[in-house]
Amino acid sequence: MTDAREPVTGIEVPIYLNYEFTAGAALARFLASIREGRIMGQRCPGCASVYVPPRGSCSRCGIPTEEEVEVKDTGVIEAFTIVHIPIPGNPIKPPFIAASILLDGTDMACLHLVSEVPTEQVHVGMRVQAVWRPREEWDYTFENIAWFKPAEGA
Amino acid sequence: MRDAAIIGYAQGPQYRYAGAANESELIMPVVRRVMEQVGVGQQDIDFTCSGSCDYLQGAAFAFVEGLSALATVPPIKESHVEMDAAWAVYEALIKIWTGEADLCLVYGFGKSSPGELRTVMALQLDPYYHVPLWPDAISLAALQARAMLDSGAISERDMAEVVARSRANARANPNAQLKGNPGIEELLAEPGFVSPLRRHDCPPITDGASAMIVASADVAARYCKRPAWVRGIDHRMETGILGARDLTRSPSTRIAGEKAGVARGKVDLAELHAPFSHQEIILRRELGLADAVPVNLSGGALAGNTMMAAGLDRIGFVAERIINGKADRGVAHATSGPCLQQNLVAVLEA
Repeated sequence: MTDAREPVTGIEVPIYLNYEFTAGAALARFLASIREGRIMGQRCPGCASVYVPPRGSCSRCGIPTEEEVEVKDTGVIEAFTIVHIPIPGNPIKPPFIAASILLDGTDMACLHLVSEVPTEQVHVGMRVQAVWRPREEWDYTFENIAWFKPAEGA
Repeated sequence: MRDAAIIGYAQGPQYRYAGAANESELIMPVVRRVMEQVGVGQQDIDFTCSGSCDYLQGAAFAFVEGLSALATVPPIKESHVEMDAAWAVYEALIKIWTGEADLCLVYGFGKSSPGELRTVMALQLDPYYHVPLWPDAISLAALQARAMLDSGAISERDMAEVVARSRANARANPNAQLKGNPGIEELLAEPGFVSPLRRHDCPPITDGASAMIVASADVAARYCKRPAWVRGIDHRMETGILGARDLTRSPSTRIAGEKAGVARGKVDLAELHAPFSHQEIILRRELGLADAVPVNLSGGALAGNTMMAAGLDRIGFVAERIINGKADRGVAHATSGPCLQQNLVAVLEA
C-alpha cells in the first residue's frame, strides 16, 4: 500500500468514449474513390483552387465546392521533416520522412510519407510519385498509398 | 463605453442526425444566410468568434476545420471559445466595447450524434473527484430534479407543464426538432427514464449550427432598421464541486440577472437555456420573471438542443423578435456545465 505521505503523481480515470465518426459528405466521396485507386479532389467555383482531400468548402472563399476533379498521384514536396523520435501509438518506426506534398493540379498540400530515398537527398521542390499498396489491400483510406518516392525520370 | 447591438441571427435546422455532414458543411449554410440577411460579406467583418467543443464529435481540431466554412483570404481576425457561443457573443461585445471591432460574426455548432453525449459531458467535470465516477449528464440533472421535488419547490406536474408549453411553442419554429401538443396527463403517464426525469424532461440530441452578427452603434444603423441593443450582459458561475452547491438554487443566475439589469424595465419575453424541464423553473425564479412573461416562445432547448449553440439561440431568438418589431425588451439566458453551473444573462432592447 502506498504511504499516504508520498505525493500522488497520477490517478487512473477509466472513462471510455465510443464515436461513430463521420468524415463529411465531400471527404466520404474522396474515401470511396481512393478505395478504387483514384484520387478525387474538388474545385472551388470561385477561385478554381483544387483541394485534395476535399472538405466540401473552399477555405479561401468560404463557399461550397461541388465539382469533382480527378488528380494524378504525382506531385512536389513543399516542406518536409525527418522524424527521429517515436510517436506513442504510431506504428511507423523512425527515422521516417513526413512531407507536405502538393499533388499536380491541386492548390493545397496534403500530408504523407516519403520513402525509398536517402534522407539527406530529400529536398523542397523534389518531384515525387505515389507508391500504392497491393490492390487487394485497398480500403477507404489515404493509406492505400504506402508512401511517395522520388518520381521516375525526375 | 460604446453601445453594441445584435443586427442579425440565423438558426440552422436541428437534426437528430445530420448524416455525413462535417462541421464546415453544417456551418456554411447558416453563416451565409445571416450574412445575406444583414447584407455583409466576410470582408466587412472585422472579428469572428465561434463556440464549439471537439469532444462532441470526437474529432480533434474540428473547431479549426470549421473555419473552412468562412472566406479566410485575405486573413481574418478570429477567436474561439470551447463553450457555448453565447460566450463568443460576450467576446465579440468586448471587442466592440474596446473599439477593436465594429462588425462581428459569431457562430456556434455542435455535432453530438457521433458520440454518446451524456457520457461525453462527464468530461467537463472536476477531473479528480467527479470524472472517475463517470457521472453522465442526465443522471446529474436527475439529482437536481430530485432535490427540487424533495424540497417541495416543484411537482412533476410543474415539470410536465414546462414540456407541454415547449412542444406547443416549438410548432412556430420551423427548425425545432421536437414539437407537438401533448397533454399534461399524457406526459405524466410516460414511463420514467432516469428517475425522476422522463425522456421528455430531457433535451433531444441535436446536430446543428447557428450564426449571429453583432455591431457597434457606429455601424448597426447602416445595416439594420431596428437593432437589438445589448443593454446589459453578465455571466457568473458556481463552484465545480456539485456537493458544495444547493442544487435547487442558482445564485449565479440571480447575480448575473441583477448585474445585467433584468428588473430595470418591463420584460416582454424571455428565452431561458434550460436543457431540462425543472431548470426552467429554477431560472425563472432566480431572474424574478413575472408569471405573465412568455418564456421560450422558440420551444427552448427542450425542443432542440444544439450543444454549444443552444445558448446563442436563446440570445438570437430574443434579438430576432426585437429586430422584427414583435418585442421591445427581452431577457436571454445561456448556461454551461452540469446542473446550471455557469450562467450568462443578457438584456436586449429596441
